Formats: sequence, structure tokens, C-alpha cells
Amino acid sequence: MTTVIEKAEPADRLTPGTPLLEVRDLHVEFKTRDGVAKAVNGVNYSVAAGETLAVLGESGSGKSVTAQTIMGILDMPPGRVTAGEILYRGQDMLKMSNEQRRRIRGRKIAMIFQDALSSLNPVLSVGYQLGEMFRVHEGASKKEAKAKAVELMDRVRIPAAAQRVDDYPHQFSGGMRQRIMIAMALALQPDLIIADEPTTALDVTVQAQVMDLLAELQAEYNMGLILITHDLGVVADVADKIAVMYAGRIVETAPVHELYKNPAHPYTKGLLRSIPRLDQKGGDLYAIKGLPPNLYKVPSGCAFNPRCDAATDLCRTEIPALHQVLDKDGAELEGRRSACHLWKETLHG
Amino acid sequence: MAEPILEVKDLVKHYPLHQGILFKKQVGAVKAVDGISFELHKGETLGIVGESGCGKSTLAKVLMNLERATSGQVLYKGEDISRLSGAALKAVRRNIQMVFQDPYTSLNPRMTVGDIIGEPFEIHPEVAPKGDRRKAVQDLLDVVGLNPEYINRYPHQFSGGQRQRIGIARGLALKPEVIICDEPVSALDVSVQAQVINLLEQLQKDFELSYMFIAHDLSIVRHISDRVGVMYLGRMVEIGSDEEIYEHATHPYTQALLSAVPVPDPTGREGRERIILSGDIPSPANPPSGCRFRTRCWKAEERCSTELPLLAVPEIGEGPAKHASACHFAAVREPLAAAS
Repeated sequence: MTTVIEKAEPADRLTPGTPLLEVRDLHVEFKTRDGVAKAVNGVNYSVAAGETLAVLGESGSGKSVTAQTIMGILDMPPGRVTAGEILYRGQDMLKMSNEQRRRIRGRKIAMIFQDALSSLNPVLSVGYQLGEMFRVHEGASKKEAKAKAVELMDRVRIPAAAQRVDDYPHQFSGGMRQRIMIAMALALQPDLIIADEPTTALDVTVQAQVMDLLAELQAEYNMGLILITHDLGVVADVADKIAVMYAGRIVETAPVHELYKNPAHPYTKGLLRSIPRLDQKGGDLYAIKGLPPNLYKVPSGCAFNPRCDAATDLCRTEIPALHQVLDKDGAELEGRRSACHLWKETLHG
Repeated sequence: MAEPILEVKDLVKHYPLHQGILFKKQVGAVKAVDGISFELHKGETLGIVGESGCGKSTLAKVLMNLERATSGQVLYKGEDISRLSGAALKAVRRNIQMVFQDPYTSLNPRMTVGDIIGEPFEIHPEVAPKGDRRKAVQDLLDVVGLNPEYINRYPHQFSGGQRQRIGIARGLALKPEVIICDEPVSALDVSVQAQVINLLEQLQKDFELSYMFIAHDLSIVRHISDRVGVMYLGRMVEIGSDEEIYEHATHPYTQALLSAVPVPDPTGREGRERIILSGDIPSPANPPSGCRFRTRCWKAEERCSTELPLLAVPEIGEGPAKHASACHFAAVREPLAAAS
């Protein structure tokens, strides 16, 4: 193998604010026996260094498929990218050769998965798996790699790292395994981390530990973070901005405080109203009627229209664009967009 | 207060651990449930919260007599049902039904919805005579908000939320008095969770059901419960009304658990005070001596390692802080007390 090892140079680090990654009009579909499932239908989002973008959505909303496409780990076939661009530092990754992408994957963009137990190899020690990053990408010797693995385990606060480096994944608890996943993602100091439901499988007290650790490391290395989740609580805790997905589209984007204070899309509004709150006891919960859409037969017009209380004829026929949201005086609200024909009424009404 | 419909006294479930292949000898036990007592009243919802491994699902299984209790009693209307078997057990089970967590694996994929919901009638034919069953099943489908015409469909034709409704209809079929819900909404999407919770609340009103609602999501438990019990490593550490537990928790574990729940509101997130517990839950096969929480507790002292704190009302002040808590140093957390 003649891989040239590129060292990250200081100039390589972007100043805060410039997008690190930009997804433009991405379309992904799956060809299956039952037809074509349109999982992602024109997704746009961007994330800058040091920034946390939360992608919020329920199962089948396309949030994970988008992430897998960015990482280049989508199974193709049956998956297929039909349109769009994924720009990493201005370069379209979809046009890169496998070799080029492989150099970015892991080193520049790393991913943390939901289920740490099935993401780790059960027959190899965690030290070996962590060290693999250095052996493969940096040509480190076995000894060096192991030393670095211990260092990393220390970094993610695994107690007695030096003794535990030769343990196997099953010997660790769920929270510790997720820390190992984080250590693995951090190994090569990437500038972007994609975390797909990183704490969903964990208990709340452990979830708090892991999210804390992730936030701290992100700040320290000034990494961009794409946090994919369905949990409105976790999002409120860590996100800078939010993209809400429904049926393969972004239906709303907004800075975190504004989204929770005043959502501009009926779906977001419904979601926020339908979760019970720990700090208050309410009466009946508001429930969004109906069911999430079938991706083989997405409703015409706005995909949310059959479940929306405000839907009009326009909503049933025409797919809403992702409108720039304006305040009452007509001034643009920065970073706020809504894919609803009636965003004005939703926001101001 | 009226006599409780279900009363649990000192319930213990240990799973023995064996060593040796030919001559097995017991070398210890996983103490999944280790001395739990509580009452459930008619029309009431008792929420049980705790993290994985705390024994809440084992508790449900023992109550249903799916697992035999090692010791202790489960009294249903005053009668101990934990030792029953055969016809007597069958008769009691008619009145205590269960709704399971996973709507994907708890329904037989090769049975139609009608057969699934109607199966309890095969075991208890007295509830619905053979001729009336189809009608009874259709009524049940209607009650849980599904189209009665779906009676011949199979589980895979339904979404997660609809499947959970099927599970609930099956639980209701025998007109039970108590339903034990083990994580009934945790496998569902947020937008569908609310529908199922509202349905459970409506059914409770309509049929005067008593619920034992087991979940790890503290917000949902608060929403649906009248009283809440908090479990840790096989023991109940605190129990009280929803207000007593959520606003005036006196056990350090409850306080940590509550503070760890992410609040779906970013306002003031920087200033939010959190108790981040160190470490993981110890193994239930080898729990710490004395108070089981002491290894992760910031209040732990010498006494905690030697003396097991009992679930009792502590001698502190008056008002909502006065409820059963199993801690030697039970006290309302200061900033919490100030805020409320």
C-alpha cells in the first residue's frame, strides 16, 4: 500500500463559522422488491467547526440514511444517490474516488453508532481495535498503537485504562463501550463527528455522563458535531442549531432556542406539545393524529398533510419549498427556514 | 383507605448461580428483586422507574407469576397468589394482565389479529362464549382505536403504534382489574407515544383499571402515575405521590436520576445543575453491603456500608418531603427546595 500519510496542518483547521460540511439537495432511494423507497428527498444542511447540528426525526425520516451517505457507508445497492452534493471543505465527496474517500473517512469525519456492542468486534480486544486506527492510518507499530490506545481510553475516562486495554468488549458495561466508540472516533482527531443516536441505548444517568464527555471533547478539539437523534431533551441540552426531518425532507431549521420557543412548522409544534414534561404535570397529552408515512407511497403535496390540523388544498397538491422565515416586520430570521405553506400562521398566528 | 387490590410484601426473587458440570453447587445468586413491598389501589396508577438491571421487569414477571417468587407474598384482594398453581392460578390471572414492551416480538406473526386478541377467550371461555367471540374481538379493536375490519390482518400489516394497540386489546380482553405495563411506549416514535398514553388513560377511566406502569422514561411516568416508586439494584429506594417524588425527592439516587433527565427546553441550559453519578450500577450478583447505592453516592458515610437503610418515612419536617425513602441521610436537595 502506498498511502501517503497527510498530517493535519494548522492551515487545515478552519476558523469558526465556515462550513466544514455542506449537504446540498441530497436524494437517496432504495430499490427493493416492493418498489422504490424514497428515503431522502432533497436534504440541505451544513455544519461548521465547533458547531453542533442536531438532526431530529423519527424512524424512517431519513436522518440516518443521510448520515450514512455522508460517511460513504451506505449499502449500494440497494441504496442509490440520485442527486445532490456532499461538500467537505468545498470538495464534493460523491465525486471522489474510493481511495480519496477512504482517506477522509475515519481521519477527517468519524462516526459514533447507537449500538456499541454490535459495532465492536467481539473477538478482538478493545486495545487492538483502538490501536488499529493508528496502525492502519498512521503506520504505527503494535507497541506504539497499544500505548496510544491506553492514552485514548484515559482520555475518555475509562478507569484503570492500562489494565483494561486487553479486555474484550463484553467485559465492559454499555456506558464504557460507548466511551470506547467515542475514543475510536476521536483517535485520529477528526474535524467532524457524526453521532447517530449515541445515547439511545443507555440509561439516563449514563447518558448524562456520555453526553458531557462528548461536549467537552468537542469543545477541546473544536470539532463539528452532527447529532442524530429523536430525543427532544438531548437536543435541547447540546445543540446549536436543529434540522427537523420528516419523510426524507427537512421541514424546519432553526437555532436551538428559537425552535423550542416558537416553532415554524406544524410537525415541530406537534412534537413539542406531545412530549410529557418532567417538571410539570399536565392533563391530556396532545397527540399528532395518524401514522408516519409509508416511504413507498409518500402523500402528495406536503408529506405531513394527512396528519396536520391546518392542512389546506394547497398542502395536498403542492410540495412546500423550504421558505426563509421572516419576523413580524418582514425581516429575515437568521438560520430559520420552514417547509410549510402556512409558516406565517404557524409562527405568528 | 380501602383495601388495596394488590399488595406486595417483602418480595424476593433470586436467580441461583451454579458452578460445576456434574456436581452443580450453588455459588451465589443474582438478587434481581430483593425485598420489595408496596400497595396498588383500585383505579390507581403506580409508576415504577429505575435503570436497566434494577429489577423492575423481574418484578413484573413475579407479580404475574411467570417467575416463582423466592420468598415474600403477592396479595390479590387479600389472597396470596405467589404460591398458586393450576386452575387457581389461571383464575387469578384473568384479573391481572400484562402489556409488553416490544410490539414486534410479543405478537405471533403467524396469527391474525382476531386470533391474537381472541386467544385469551380460549383459555377463559366463560368470558366470551364461542359464538360471540368475533363480535367481542371487534368491539375490543374499536375500543383501542383500530378499525374493526382489520380483524383478519396479520401483525406485519400494522405499524408499531398500532401493534401496541393490539397488545393492549389483548390485555383488555378478559376484563381484568389490574394491568401491568412493562415499558409499553418505549419502542414507539415520539409522535405515536402520546396517542398510546392517552389511550391507556382513557381506558383506565372507562374500565376503572389499576395500572402498574414500568418505564425508564421519568417524564412519561410522571405524566401517567398517581404514585411513583424508584428502584435501584433490586430494592425500592423511594416511593410517594408524583409530587413528592418529582418535586421533593429525598433519596440521593432519585435526585441524581431526575437531574440527569434532559429537559426539552434549551432555556437556561448553561446554568442547569446536574448531579453526574460516577461509575456504573454494580452487579446484582454481588451488591454492595449496607446501602446499595453507597458506591455511587456523594453522601455516603461509614454507616451506609454497614447498615441497610429501610424504606421508611424519615424524621424531617412536614409536608411533601415526608414520604418513604430508604436513605440514612434523606433530605430534600437544597437548590431544588429553594426553587419550588
